[in-house]
Amino acid sequence: MKKTYLLDGLCCANCAAKIERGVAAIDGVTEASVSFLTTKLTFTCDDSRADEIIGKAGKIVKKIEPDVDMQEL
Amino acid sequence: MKKRTTRIITGAVIFAAALFVPDNPWWIRLTLFLAAYVAVGYKVIWKAVRGVVNGQVLDENFLMAVASIGAFFVGEYPEAVAVMLFYQIGEMFEDYAVGKSRKSITGLMDIRPDSANLKTETGIVEVSPSEVHPGDLIIVRPGEKVPLDGVVIEGISSLNTSALTGESLPREIGQGDEILSGCVNINGLLTVKVTKAFGESTVSKILDLVENSAAKKAKTENFITRFAAVYTPLVVGAAVILAVLPPLLIDGALWADWIYRALNFLVVSCPCALVISVPLSFFGGIGGASKIGVLVKGSNYLEAISKAEYMVMDKTGTLTQGVFHVEDIFAEDGYEKGEILRYAAMAESYSSHPISQSLQAAYGKEIDKSQINDVEEAAGRGVIAMVEGRRVAAGNRRLMTEEAGYDGPLPQHRGGTQVYVSVDGKYAGRILLADKIKEDSASAIKMLGDLGIKTVMLTGDSREAGEKAATELGIHQVYTGLLPADKVDIVENLLKEKHEKGKVVFVGDGINDAPVLARADIGVAMGGLGSDAAIEAADMVIMDDKPSKLASIIKISKKTMTVVYENIVFALGVKAAVLILSALGIVGLWAAVFADVGVSMIAVLNAMRCLNIKFAVQP
Repeated sequence: MKKTYLLDGLCCANCAAKIERGVAAIDGVTEASVSFLTTKLTFTCDDSRADEIIGKAGKIVKKIEPDVDMQEL
Repeated sequence: MKKRTTRIITGAVIFAAALFVPDNPWWIRLTLFLAAYVAVGYKVIWKAVRGVVNGQVLDENFLMAVASIGAFFVGEYPEAVAVMLFYQIGEMFEDYAVGKSRKSITGLMDIRPDSANLKTETGIVEVSPSEVHPGDLIIVRPGEKVPLDGVVIEGISSLNTSALTGESLPREIGQGDEILSGCVNINGLLTVKVTKAFGESTVSKILDLVENSAAKKAKTENFITRFAAVYTPLVVGAAVILAVLPPLLIDGALWADWIYRALNFLVVSCPCALVISVPLSFFGGIGGASKIGVLVKGSNYLEAISKAEYMVMDKTGTLTQGVFHVEDIFAEDGYEKGEILRYAAMAESYSSHPISQSLQAAYGKEIDKSQINDVEEAAGRGVIAMVEGRRVAAGNRRLMTEEAGYDGPLPQHRGGTQVYVSVDGKYAGRILLADKIKEDSASAIKMLGDLGIKTVMLTGDSREAGEKAATELGIHQVYTGLLPADKVDIVENLLKEKHEKGKVVFVGDGINDAPVLARADIGVAMGGLGSDAAIEAADMVIMDDKPSKLASIIKISKKTMTVVYENIVFALGVKAAVLILSALGIVGLWAAVFADVGVSMIAVLNAMRCLNIKFAVQP
């Protein structure tokens, strides 16, 4: 399943890279990408574990950039 | 944003005051510096604390906080405040520059229509384009964007397609013509019958593609983020060593001095200049390409095409227009050329074959169908019909042999197709139809050659015809007499032959060549405007029909790569220099702040050069 989120308020390029690495490292995520310019997070993950993975991704985002608001697109 | 400006101004004013306060008593001055520091930096410190709580130790805020607090402890009050102040000012400019570039790039793609004028029984209603269904009628007024794909039912106008194709000449449009969303209606009032829902319309597909292009990252981009992940801990580690070892090992070395030098390292250790400028350059390049009507589906493709070694082009539809036209007519004695064309056009008038259509187009007059009787299709050979009371056969050589016992000399092959015509069982003449080479094909091949790229042409034409066309165009290699399936083999062979780092690009019109587009390092589809298949299958899409855009996109990609490398070398160079000079105690925190935010800003500004594409379109 491919998921796309808008990371509203993302304002640091290095944090974008950290979020990308963090989400990519979640078990069950096959591909993750954060574009600092479009402030979008996209990742592909296991359908069966989607909810769990999305929760984890949200936590990673909050941890690295607490001010970012994550909205599903 | 505004809050930050207030913070900066307040901090700067107190800072300036502190600089002018006499040093006696000392605590007044220190209090003022502390006040300035808190005013300008409390947010950074708060973020740093929150980062540490979240386990994010080496983030920018933390490094800046430690560096500035450290400066206070070694007694460098003005510098402590200055680090924070200039860090914030730099961030502000950086945000501004990034925001501005985001806007100018997305502004290029400002083709999203806001509303559609839906024609209903009660009148015209303004609705959102997504509420319009296929089959509905919409009105497009002069100056408006066409919101959905459709067919013109009423009205004539000129369309500005530059947002889609980069082409500045308007396109004429009238009743029965297909109309694409994203174009701008210039002067006429059009009634359009919608054929596709908004999500399926050209404009949505293009926007989708460009917006998602940033997700496919270039190798350089991935390299730099991986590098950044190692760089920061490494420099911070070096800072710790620098602060601790020399005072312990060197006689007479002062703790304050070496800690101050180490603080410089912390400031320089932020990798932002690199991490920001590389993707921004690619994004700019992709934006610039879209400005000339070339859609690039990812930074990785833009990076790859800069290393193009072979440019493999399909002849039909890429280098030629893919439409047959009458090139020459040969009439036997007793016939005019115009007569031969008239007979052929009339005999073929019931056929919808492309050749028949080109004959009609060349004839150019209304055909009186009452003059045509007893039409008989000769399968695979042509057609026989009674035209104005005479038996006319039009078709290939075999039909002519059967119908008129024709055994004339084989015409010298010039590429294209012959239509033979006989009247009352006697050979009367023949028409040579050819696919026309596009206006800019030859100049495109020359520009590609000048860029050091080997051009290869693939065609189903016979050897003579193919080689002749290749020589005319100046193509380096040509493969003739191919069946569609052979194209994959040729591309695979070239993939083996190329240099290790070179890339094989395949260019086709997107029809029936999805396997080759996928197999090549980079698949480019030509004439993507209105062809979903092409947009789907390719890595890059040239929206109009111009092969010269191939040279333009390579120029854009090469410039983008130059900017990327400039930024990497510049940022790393300045950082390395400042690190060395700091370790030696030659430069202070001021230089370190410049190496961080100053360099980021310059790199961002440099990245914006990728948006400028004027150099790429001029031959």
